[in-house]
Amino acid sequence: MIRISAPDTAEMGEIVEVKAMIQHPMETGYRRDAKGDVIPRNIIKQFRCAYGGNTVFEATFFPGIAANPFLAFCLRATRTGPIEFSWTDQHGETWSETRQLTVS
Amino acid sequence: MKWALLIGALCLAGCNKPESTYARNSDVKAGDIKSGYAFLQDDTKALQDDDFANPGFLWVDRGKRLFETAETGASTCSTCHGAHGMPLKGVAAHYPKVDAKTGKLLNLEAAINLCREQHQGLEPLAYESDDLLGMTAYVASLSRGEPVSVDITGPAAKYYEEGRDYFFRRKGQFNLACSQCHNEHWGEKLRGDTISQGHGNAFPAYRLEWQDFGSLHRRLRDCDTGIRAEPQDYGSETYMAVELYLAKRAEGLAMESPGVRR
Amino acid sequence: MDDPTFSPIRWNRRTLLGAAGGTALAAVLPPMAEATPEEADAAIREMFGDKPINEGRVWVKLPPIAENGNSVAIDITVDSPMSDDDHVRRIGIFSPRNPIATIAEFRLGPHAGRAQVSTRVRLAGTQTLRVIAEMSDGTLWAGKATTYVTLAACVIG
Repeated sequence: MIRISAPDTAEMGEIVEVKAMIQHPMETGYRRDAKGDVIPRNIIKQFRCAYGGNTVFEATFFPGIAANPFLAFCLRATRTGPIEFSWTDQHGETWSETRQLTVS
Repeated sequence: MKWALLIGALCLAGCNKPESTYARNSDVKAGDIKSGYAFLQDDTKALQDDDFANPGFLWVDRGKRLFETAETGASTCSTCHGAHGMPLKGVAAHYPKVDAKTGKLLNLEAAINLCREQHQGLEPLAYESDDLLGMTAYVASLSRGEPVSVDITGPAAKYYEEGRDYFFRRKGQFNLACSQCHNEHWGEKLRGDTISQGHGNAFPAYRLEWQDFGSLHRRLRDCDTGIRAEPQDYGSETYMAVELYLAKRAEGLAMESPGVRR
Repeated sequence: MDDPTFSPIRWNRRTLLGAAGGTALAAVLPPMAEATPEEADAAIREMFGDKPINEGRVWVKLPPIAENGNSVAIDITVDSPMSDDDHVRRIGIFSPRNPIATIAEFRLGPHAGRAQVSTRVRLAGTQTLRVIAEMSDGTLWAGKATTYVTLAACVIG
C-alpha cells in the first residue's frame, strides 16, 4: 500500500508540501526470528519524485529508516503536470503512484 | 523411591498453583477510566492524530479497497453495506457480540469472516493477515469516536464471566494476573513505560514495538508472553471472552482504531 | 532426580525457563555491533569528501524523548534561498550509535522551493544525530539534535 498527500491545484510559484508513505517492513537484517535465525535484510533503497518528467527529489535509504517509510518534502509549482512517486527495493522491484497537479 | 519422587512431583506441581490462584478483587474507578492514549508521549499522540502519517491508515486504505472490490464470483461488501445498505458507522463499538444463530461470541474479525462465508461464499481470511487486519481496521475506523458499548446480558453473560476470570487469574512464571498491572498499578512506571489501564479501544493498532499493525489478540499474546504465560491462539474463544470483558471494562471510551501505541 | 519419571516435568520447566531467558536476552542485548562517532565521521567523509564542515544553517528537530527507538520523527530545515544558483544539493543523516552510521541521503534542488525534509528513523539508543547539507557552491554545513530513547517495559522480541 502507498499513501500520497499532494494538492490537486496550486498557484504558479507556490511552494507545496507533499508527503508519501509506503507499507514496507524495512527489515534491517539484524533481527532474529523465533528459531534464532537471522531475518534477511529487506529494505526500500531508493525513492524518487518526478514532476513534469524531471526528478525533483530523491532519497537513498539505509536500514536506519523506520518501517513503513514516511517522507515529507516541498515542491515549487511551476507548471501543470504529473507528480510521480516511485520506490525501488534492494532487489530492484519498483512501485509507483502518480498525482496530477494543476497550476493556475 | 518412586513413590517418594511421585509425591515430590505432586508437591512441585502444587507449588505452581499458589493458594491465591486469583489476584485480589480490584477495578479502575469509573471516573478514572483513561484510554491508553493518555499514557503516550506527545509525539506518539501526534502520530495517532495525523490521518496521513498514522501508519495504521495503510491498513485502513487496504481494507477500504477490499471492501469496495469484488472477489471472483462474489458481491462486494459495499453492495450490502454501501451508502444505501446497512451502514457500518458505529457498529464496531458494539463488538464482541454473540451470534444469534450459533450462540458463539464474535469479535469484529470473526464477524467479518462469518460475513464472507455466509453472504459472499468466500473463504475466511487468515487471522492477523494484512487483509483481515485491513478489513477490521477499515470497519473499526467507521466507528472512530463512538463510545465503546457492549451487551453482556443473556447469552453473552457466560463469555463475560470467562473473560473476567482470565483477567483476574494469576498465570505464567511471573504468576501475575492482568489486573495486578492494569487495575492495581496503572499510571506507575515500569522501566521506561507508564503502565496503562489495558484497554482495547485503539485496536487494531500500529505498535511502535512491532513496527507493524496488529490485532488486540496479538497484543494479548504479547501481554501473556510478557508474564511468561502461554499465549492463547489468535481468535481463540478465551481471547474472544477477554475481548468482551475488556470492552465492558472500557465502556464509554471512544473508539480510536487505527490507534498508535508503544 | 535422575529417575526418568521426573524428566517430563524437568524438561518442560527447563525448556520454558530457557525460552524465557532467551527472550529476555534478545530484548536486552543488541544483536549487532554499534557504530562509533569515528565511523559516523568516516561515513560523512565517504558521502561528502574531505571539504571542511561548517556548523550552522542546518536545523534538526527530534523529540526530546523518544518513546521507542523504532520510529522517531526527524525534521530537517536548511537555510537556503533554493534558487537556481544557490540551493541545497544533498542532505545526509548520520548516527554515532546505530549499526550503520549512514541513515539516509536526500538529493534536492531549486525545484523544491524550500529545503525542508521530514522522515522517521530508527535509533539504537540515546544519541546525537548529525545532519550534513551540501550546497550548490560545494560548501558543507552541519546541524545536530539529541534524543533520549527510553526502554519499553515488556519487550517481547
